[in-house]
Amino acid sequence: MFKEVLAEDQDCLTLNVGPQHPSTHGVLHLVITLKGETILRVDPHLGYIHRSIEKMCESLSYRQFIYVTSRMDYLSAHINNHGCALCVEKALQIEVPQRAQVIRVLMDELTRIASHVLWWGAMAMDVGAITPFFHAFREREMINEIMEETCGARLTMNYMVPGGVMYDLHPNFQRRVKQFISFFKSKLNEYDELLTDNIIFKQRTQHIGVLRREDAISFGATGPVGRGSGWACDVRKRAPYECYHQLQFEQVVEQAGDCYARYLVRMGEMRQSLSIIEQLIDNIPSGDYQAKTKAVLKLPKGEYYSRVETARGEFGVYIVSDGGTTPYRIKFRSPGFSNLSALDHMSRGHKIGDLVAIMGSLDLVIPDIDR
Amino acid sequence: MTLKQYFRNIWDGMRSLAAGMRRTGYYFFHHKEIITQEYPDVPPRLAERFRGEVVMPHNENNEHRCTGCTACELACPNGTIKIITKYEITPDGKKKKALDKFIYHLELCTMCNLCIIACPTDAIKMSQAFEHSVFDRSQLIKILNKPGSRLMEGVE
Amino acid sequence: MISLEFILQSVDRWLRDRLGHEVAVAVEYVLVGLFVILFFAVLGLVLVFMERKVSAWMQVRLGPNRVGPGGTLQTLADTIKLVSKEGLTPAGADRFLFNLAPVLMIVVSMLLLAPIAFARNVQLWDINIGVLYVSAISSVSVLAVLIAGWSSNNKYSLLGAMRSGAQIVSYELSAGLSVLTIVVLSGSLQVSQIIEAQQTGWWLFRGHVPVLVAMIIYLIAVTAETNRAPFDLAEAESELTAGFHTEYSGMRFALFFLAEYANVFVASAIGAILFLGGWMPLHLGNWDAFNRIMDWIPSSIWFFAKTFFFIFVIMWFRWTFPRLRIDQLLELEWKYLLPLGIVNLLVATTIAVAGWYF
Repeated sequence: MFKEVLAEDQDCLTLNVGPQHPSTHGVLHLVITLKGETILRVDPHLGYIHRSIEKMCESLSYRQFIYVTSRMDYLSAHINNHGCALCVEKALQIEVPQRAQVIRVLMDELTRIASHVLWWGAMAMDVGAITPFFHAFREREMINEIMEETCGARLTMNYMVPGGVMYDLHPNFQRRVKQFISFFKSKLNEYDELLTDNIIFKQRTQHIGVLRREDAISFGATGPVGRGSGWACDVRKRAPYECYHQLQFEQVVEQAGDCYARYLVRMGEMRQSLSIIEQLIDNIPSGDYQAKTKAVLKLPKGEYYSRVETARGEFGVYIVSDGGTTPYRIKFRSPGFSNLSALDHMSRGHKIGDLVAIMGSLDLVIPDIDR
Repeated sequence: MTLKQYFRNIWDGMRSLAAGMRRTGYYFFHHKEIITQEYPDVPPRLAERFRGEVVMPHNENNEHRCTGCTACELACPNGTIKIITKYEITPDGKKKKALDKFIYHLELCTMCNLCIIACPTDAIKMSQAFEHSVFDRSQLIKILNKPGSRLMEGVE
Repeated sequence: MISLEFILQSVDRWLRDRLGHEVAVAVEYVLVGLFVILFFAVLGLVLVFMERKVSAWMQVRLGPNRVGPGGTLQTLADTIKLVSKEGLTPAGADRFLFNLAPVLMIVVSMLLLAPIAFARNVQLWDINIGVLYVSAISSVSVLAVLIAGWSSNNKYSLLGAMRSGAQIVSYELSAGLSVLTIVVLSGSLQVSQIIEAQQTGWWLFRGHVPVLVAMIIYLIAVTAETNRAPFDLAEAESELTAGFHTEYSGMRFALFFLAEYANVFVASAIGAILFLGGWMPLHLGNWDAFNRIMDWIPSSIWFFAKTFFFIFVIMWFRWTFPRLRIDQLLELEWKYLLPLGIVNLLVATTIAVAGWYF
């Protein structure tokens, strides 16, 4: 394929973007073929941060393997852990107590906001505005502090265990989450002032990197990328887990399929997550935070799959068990990998500046892609 | 594009830019909004559940609660903990398994908390210490039970 | 009263009394050269510190506060670091041009200082085509950028340099047109006469809407000309890592860095001279008492206050807006700024001819 491009045009320029480049958000390596500033093709080269997490999980017990998944999509570590815990619970048919379910959903949504807030800052940085990044981290810091208080860590919390959560909520949790909600609501309007309505930002993102609905489906682009293309693919709605089916929230879907649509989807999701947290924060049922489970978990022989909606899209956990204490094979379906595969399709014919904006709107987390 | 639309574009664009400048201008003049934490000067407030490193509390008689059951060693996903046991002769003449050395590799630890949960006697816990930098990584290998310490009475 | 003018005249008299005319002039040339270099060094330190503080406060941070009182010596420490760093010339680079580019860049910025009036009667060279000189010399800096980008033998540098070529050539036009607006109103290209024409009031207040429009266009155009965000496409750190100066390190990088801030200073100083009357104090109609108080403030303070106001606005732009794309940048110039500038110049000319300004 590379030869084909060169044969068409002898004047094109090959540029290596990454693995050390400010806009690749990690060790992603893109080989782009340019004609002037126009992109002819983009080749993502992966594997710089491959740690063979799937293979590692095969030697870890069903309690131990959950924490490793925090190191994949570290921005939605909670939700990754949640997916793994769900899969183990499904296999062992453990009934998760109501309180644990609500705590899990609350933590998931806080994680989603924290992840989207970070993405917002990074997206602004990609299109050249630096100030929003720092404003975003101020809000993220509040969530991190809430996490630190309840879970004991700020980034890789490891709070989910098979059957529930590791600890009960911290007594301060409700008060601090309410503080955060009222603070964050006013800050969301500031976000609009700084970026959403900004004419330069709109120019940079509208009609850029258009991904049509059919293409989104065929690339398997889930999460805000898929929903920005008009594909209602939210796992929380399509295959509700925990107590999502009892909650009132909307699936944010935009039809345009460009960078701005993906931006709007994430902004809308932050507001939806806030409303989910508001619904739950005063209605946390009392009871156990963890179901009684055996000390050593042995999954019955068979294959199990569960999926959750992370901040980036659909995260799937597939476990093959031969009846022992460790999985025979584990496969993770990470959303970042499928979303990245659409990059070449979206950025052909655009400028270098657009490639950066498109990558920003994909919200890539490289360890999630490489695993 | 009509002329009216042309000027409308300029006007809308300028207004959206002015909104952004008003926001940054507000922060420029309102220094009370600054959230910088001056870390080494002002020590950070850490939550009591914060996981910094594994420690083994000892009481005033230099006694700990670890029976050397190796539940934590089994629970650890990284091989961070290594427990060496010895046999002690109890006063009534029986041989009894006891802890000799609790070796903790801080450089391998990911603070996942699984060992703390696995411990049946609450012998170990997480401390809030987080400033772990040392000049040589061998200093990160710690022996958690203090020299000459023994098992607390009544802990089985 | 001790003013900048008084100090300079006494130095001049002292030299002439002792050394005679020719030698005194020669010594003064050397002194001016030293002054410019010293001024640049101080300017770099002050502006970098200012930029870091402005950005920090806009980003709800404290900014530098470790080195020296309130962090004021931070930039000095950075300079020492940059000077003591190894200046690497990459293999495959055109060594001569690679080393020439930063020097050319800084020389251009130094030349631009010549016609600027720092205070009443304090000017290095009151050339009779002052503003023309500024716009002519300032476009030479694009050569330095092109040389730097080409000679680095780096694809990012090359892309950045090509971008800045297109950009500076375009935005020269708008800057020139908005300068012309004031030239038409003042009736002179000489900097001292433009300031003198604002004796009764600054052009911003006297010239109605056209001058306001011209000022906005001028600000946008010089932001683009000095390669600063949101028009920093030649550097565009998220796209081209550091654009045309990707391969530069140590002192040669520092020269580029210094030249950027010097250019910002010069652009703001010219803006202050054209639109806000340079060192001319604020005078309000017939309020004699008020005008007297304003006159009492030294003219150099007036000049630097106005200049730093413009510098602050340019920094404010930088820390608020996202970056434009290269085609949008050119579209903004050719579809919006240039037509508006031409119409604006026409209106201003009509006003000037009819004498409708205050």
